[in-house]
Amino acid sequence: MSDRIILAIETSCDETAAAIIRNGHEIVSNVVSSQIESQKRFGGVVPEIASRHHVEQITIVIEETLEKANMQPSDLTAVAVTEGPGLVGALLIGINAAKAFAFAHNLPIIPVHHIAGHIYANALVQPMQFPLLALVVSGGHTELVFMKEHGSFEVIGETRDDAAGEAYDKVARVLNMPYPGGPHIDRLAHEANEGVEFPRAWLDDTYDFSFSGLKSAVINYKHNMDQRGEEIIPEQVAKGFQDSVVEVLTTKTVRAAKEFNVKQVIAAGGVSANKGLRSSLEQAFEKEKIPFTVPPLKFCTDNAAMIGAAATYMYEAGVRGDLSMNGIPGKELKSWI
Amino acid sequence: MIWLGIETSNSPLSIAIVKDGQVLVEIVENVKLTHSVTAMPTIQELFHKAKMKPMDIDAIAVSEGPGSYTGIRIGVTIAKTLAWTLKKPLVGVSSLKVLAANGELFNGIICSLFDARRQNVYAGIYQGTDLETVMEERHTSIDDLLSQLQSLNKPVLFIGSDVENFKENIKEQLGELAIFAPSSITLPRASKLIEVAETKSLPSIEEVHHFVPQYHRLAQAEANWIQDQKKR
Ligand SMILES: Nc1ncnc2c1ncn2[C@@H]1O[C@H](COP(=O)(O)OP(=O)(O)O)[C@@H](O)[C@H]1O
Ligand SMILES: [Mg+2]
Repeated sequence: MSDRIILAIETSCDETAAAIIRNGHEIVSNVVSSQIESQKRFGGVVPEIASRHHVEQITIVIEETLEKANMQPSDLTAVAVTEGPGLVGALLIGINAAKAFAFAHNLPIIPVHHIAGHIYANALVQPMQFPLLALVVSGGHTELVFMKEHGSFEVIGETRDDAAGEAYDKVARVLNMPYPGGPHIDRLAHEANEGVEFPRAWLDDTYDFSFSGLKSAVINYKHNMDQRGEEIIPEQVAKGFQDSVVEVLTTKTVRAAKEFNVKQVIAAGGVSANKGLRSSLEQAFEKEKIPFTVPPLKFCTDNAAMIGAAATYMYEAGVRGDLSMNGIPGKELKSWI
Repeated sequence: MIWLGIETSNSPLSIAIVKDGQVLVEIVENVKLTHSVTAMPTIQELFHKAKMKPMDIDAIAVSEGPGSYTGIRIGVTIAKTLAWTLKKPLVGVSSLKVLAANGELFNGIICSLFDARRQNVYAGIYQGTDLETVMEERHTSIDDLLSQLQSLNKPVLFIGSDVENFKENIKEQLGELAIFAPSSITLPRASKLIEVAETKSLPSIEEVHHFVPQYHRLAQAEANWIQDQKKR
């Protein structure tokens, strides 16, 4: 079989990214241009600003990706792009660039689900073992996904309100930390021995999550302390918050892994960069003797390499998009087989 | 010299391929579909009709704004990507000038405009067949625009599908001097876009990367942020 070489493009949020992936796992080149410095001014991602930056960066990023790979368009098998979910205006830049590029060089186009991409970031590290359970935790998502085989997705639990990353970012704002707050809370949490006691939302009998109650508890705690004229200790608040998030995520993931009898558990998405969560999951699954993997940090946050990895399996399964492809901001994760 | 022209800056869509000053194919649509869905298939269809391959073109012209932010970005992204990957020069033309070009035979002042909501417009003022700029394209209140036009004291041709929204106001201010373009010339044409682009000098291929839309307005969040900085 000849090599499958995929150019992948990702612009669903605030990173303009492109990558070239050979045979679904080998990263030939990987470029990410982040807008964090610009978006920091606003304390979060402003969609219109994100779209403006994507237009400025898109051809530069794709060119750098081809140059680093030392490849020509004629070396490519297909072009892949994130179709959704994400910010619609941002998605449209990647999608229209991908379509124009595919048209110019007569290449097939593959529409990829952003979360499938996060999950397939793991395929860049080692082959995925099925059945598999994926914990997807990012700025916009908190989901437990069961996979019987490649291309098969069943969402067995999801957040009913805030995503884990969103909760991190909001709590960080309460503690006056810059955007994105996740890494700061993570760092602070490790500087405290004891955490403030915050509630856990168990939503028993389901694999669903809820983080808005926890977020409100943190806000109320700060408010009450302020009213009493007492200073909060940010490290202890961060630890209390993180302990609650990590315990719920770990407990539910372990329970699902056992019930579904999976051969591998993976974590994916920006929050899986969290040190507390990584070590808690590692310990728990070592005890359960179920292989657990989490991609290297740079493949946890948004990137195009993961989109290229997922696209390779979609390409093999015959999935194709066309030039009328549109951005789907609320796209659901569906099986492609 | 073969040109591809792309105009998606507002809800109408227009694409054209022009060879040595002759229009080979052109499409003008006003059915309010999403450009993201229709623009690329239309481009593909026109290449097919012109019996051409993407590589056959020599330059690309794109309407660079102002207009709908998303609309402009779709056209500019497609144009930039094609120009970069096919190694062809990319020329941007103001979407207001493209519209004004529809009235270039009018002997007087031409004012093209788009509704920018809350009694504001994006507008340009031009004069003569070579569309000499009388007022740079800008975001302005309709009242300021009309008083500027009044001070010129000449007949003014208004072009744009949004002119309708301000018709009463315009008549009140300019009376007999206001002339309204017939609806058959209120849609932007990619062939006109190319015509204007041909009067400009061709930029180098390297400049494609730095091509950006002309929004003529800051994003709201950025405007607020700048205000905040000033207060500090
Ligand atoms: N070490 C960390 N601990 C907790 N959250 C983190 C950490 N690093 C990043 N994050 C969070 O990950 C999110 C970004 O992840 P990403 O996958 O890009 O999200 P999305 O694509 O859904 O916007 C942000 O909410 C950020 O705060
Ligand atoms: Mg993400």
